Amino acid sequence: MKSRHKRALIIVAALIVIGVAALLILNALNSNIALYVTPSEVAAGQAPKGQAFRIGGLVKQGSLKREGLTVHFVITDLAKDIPVSYTGILPDLFMEGKGAVIQGRLNPDGQFIASEVLAKHDENYMPPEAKHALEQAQKSERKE
Amino acid sequence: MIPEFGHYALILAFCVALIQGVLPLIGAHQGRREWLILARPAAQVVFLLLATSFFILAWSFYANDFSVLYVAEHSNSQLPVVYRFGAVWGGHEGSLLLWIFLLSTWTVLVSQLSKSLDDFMVARVIGVLGLITTGLLLFVLTTSNPFERLFPAAQDGRSLNPLLQDPGLVFHPPMLYMGYVGFSVAFAFAIASLLSGRLDAAWARWSRPWTTAAWIFLTLGIALGSWWAYYELGWGGWWFWDPVENASFIPWLVGTALLHSLAVTEKRGGFKSWTVLLAITAFSLSLLGTFLVRSGVLTSVHAFATDPRRGIFILIFLALVVGSSLLLYAVRAPKNTMGGKFSLSSRETFILLGNVFLVVAAGSVLLGTLYPLLIDALHLGKISVGPPYFNSVFVPIMVPLLVLMGIGPWTSWKNSNLMTVVKRLWLAGLIAIVAAILIPRVMGDFTWLSSMGFLLAFWVIASGFLQIIRQAKTGVPTRSFIGMQIAHLGIAIFVIGVTMVGAYQEEKDVRMSSGETVSVGGYQIQFQGVRDELGPNYRAMRGTFSLMRHGKVEAVLYPEKRNYFSSTMPMTEAAINAGLIRDIYVSLGEQLEDSAWAVRVYYKPFVDWIWGGCLLMALGGLIAITDKRYRVKLRKLVA
Repeated sequence: MKSRHKRALIIVAALIVIGVAALLILNALNSNIALYVTPSEVAAGQAPKGQAFRIGGLVKQGSLKREGLTVHFVITDLAKDIPVSYTGILPDLFMEGKGAVIQGRLNPDGQFIASEVLAKHDENYMPPEAKHALEQAQKSERKE
Repeated sequence: MIPEFGHYALILAFCVALIQGVLPLIGAHQGRREWLILARPAAQVVFLLLATSFFILAWSFYANDFSVLYVAEHSNSQLPVVYRFGAVWGGHEGSLLLWIFLLSTWTVLVSQLSKSLDDFMVARVIGVLGLITTGLLLFVLTTSNPFERLFPAAQDGRSLNPLLQDPGLVFHPPMLYMGYVGFSVAFAFAIASLLSGRLDAAWARWSRPWTTAAWIFLTLGIALGSWWAYYELGWGGWWFWDPVENASFIPWLVGTALLHSLAVTEKRGGFKSWTVLLAITAFSLSLLGTFLVRSGVLTSVHAFATDPRRGIFILIFLALVVGSSLLLYAVRAPKNTMGGKFSLSSRETFILLGNVFLVVAAGSVLLGTLYPLLIDALHLGKISVGPPYFNSVFVPIMVPLLVLMGIGPWTSWKNSNLMTVVKRLWLAGLIAIVAAILIPRVMGDFTWLSSMGFLLAFWVIASGFLQIIRQAKTGVPTRSFIGMQIAHLGIAIFVIGVTMVGAYQEEKDVRMSSGETVSVGGYQIQFQGVRDELGPNYRAMRGTFSLMRHGKVEAVLYPEKRNYFSSTMPMTEAAINAGLIRDIYVSLGEQLEDSAWAVRVYYKPFVDWIWGGCLLMALGGLIAITDKRYRVKLRKLVA
């Protein structure tokens, strides 16, 4: 084989690898992205249906209830409240009145079934998504 | 007064680093000897000044000098001495000082160990490193001075985040930074050779051990971080595809590609432009990693305290470094450098293919990491890209790479007969297939994914052993060869660990009252109750669990829930009974009712093989750089 052909072959092989990887990436991005939604948006019915998404906000004071390993609480952006239930062990920093981000799906009753609860690792740290949700809620209140 | 000396030392270091960065480069360009010989002494002075500065900061921590803002924010008088030392790099300012100090350590090592290299090359390499040092020192002095004073001095410090009070954290950042920063040497060599227009085998031979050394540190740093997350964060996982983890893993992937590409450049004089491009990319990605971690644009565990203004500085610095080096590359990179002719079945081809897979893998991780930032910046909404994305993209790219790893080492440079290779490798294939069928049966469930994992791991192991046996017959193999085999074996061990944990771990979150038993992986774990304990700077609830097998107690585990006096956040300390073939992991959740607790019990088969594999990779690298050809005088080659 001529070296020109060889180089062409190597380039083609590399392009195939990159092409297959690009397909994999697009496919994976399509099915594995979780959108951040604020509690107000969930209340307005703007949450994605049949797909996992994330909510950021504050854990409402006095809303935490335990039932064995299942916990019920309310996540709020101070405008709208969303009831959440989660089975499992909560992270150390999960506390009433503090910011949290949760991932999961809505069930038909409008309750959010969390598969993952993320509370960040610093007591004074507010997840930007939770902050964003609060700011959005404040903005729309002012408009009204 | 003492902290001011630290600050002065930093300012002086900046001035000398400017000399180190500018004069030798101009000197080398214009052929002025008296300028270019300044490189070595300037590098040494910068090193001494930074060492002084670093030592003074450490001293301020040791002496509890709370008139220094950084100390007051990251330490307190109750903090044990070891962690006071670790706290030096527990925050932004100190960790940057560490970054720069390590950079000058690498520089001074280059200046000491390059006696046989010609002065022009040394001047250029040290000059480039000096420019990087200058830029980062400017950053520290203008935006993140660790010696800033606090008036009036604080009564006591705020203390270190309890999560960071751990031996793993004392070593994780220095290791990781040694790796990150180490790629600056490969970068400097690449830029220096572009400047001089001398991209030859000697250049590759010089860069190679330095690159390997940086790669070793990066490997160890990432492994330590993963291990720390496993036992300290209380999550029990070993990798989360957290953006900051990715920030260290992307340079690792590119660095690995660089190691292999350098081999071709050294042995065959090929792939020169590609190698240079990889060296530039690896260091740029290290800088990008620093930017991502330190700017606060990423929300992750590592976002302890961040400041976006700093991000802008690093971003500009990054743009300057990447922009100018790519411009230089475009102008000066040699054209047509595939090197000597080689056939499609040569080692060159296999290394090139491996490189493509590594770079594509790095690209896919980079894309997943930056995608949410991009979407946010374009105001298209806020999203997160989770572990499923990375798993479903990264794993399929690694499969062909592992297949190649079993074949590549058997091929010879330039041209080799694939039929002979196949004849020698059929046994390895057979062993791999048997392992892929048998091991899942022994472990319980058969899944295609786990079967695939064992197939690939045993393919690499068997291929390696067959080759070692073959080499041993013809004489003592070189250290390069042994190092390569051990590093590849490390990958296989790592894959076994990942496969075992992925397919056969058991994770149970349960409610347990005193006296109750839960079983995982053939073990019974009995909850004995919880007591109060007092630590040096915390109060703990300490659980007692008996680990039993066949009714016999094998170990007692004490997981804790700690409350540090200086903080209101509780901390989970998991208890782990580690073993060669399994870990039992117990951690306390919350107290539910009187004597009942939420308890997390994990059975993690072969989990320690994951880090064991990383250690083997690092060991392999270490053996490879002690190869005797790096110790011979290179003056002849260079001249």
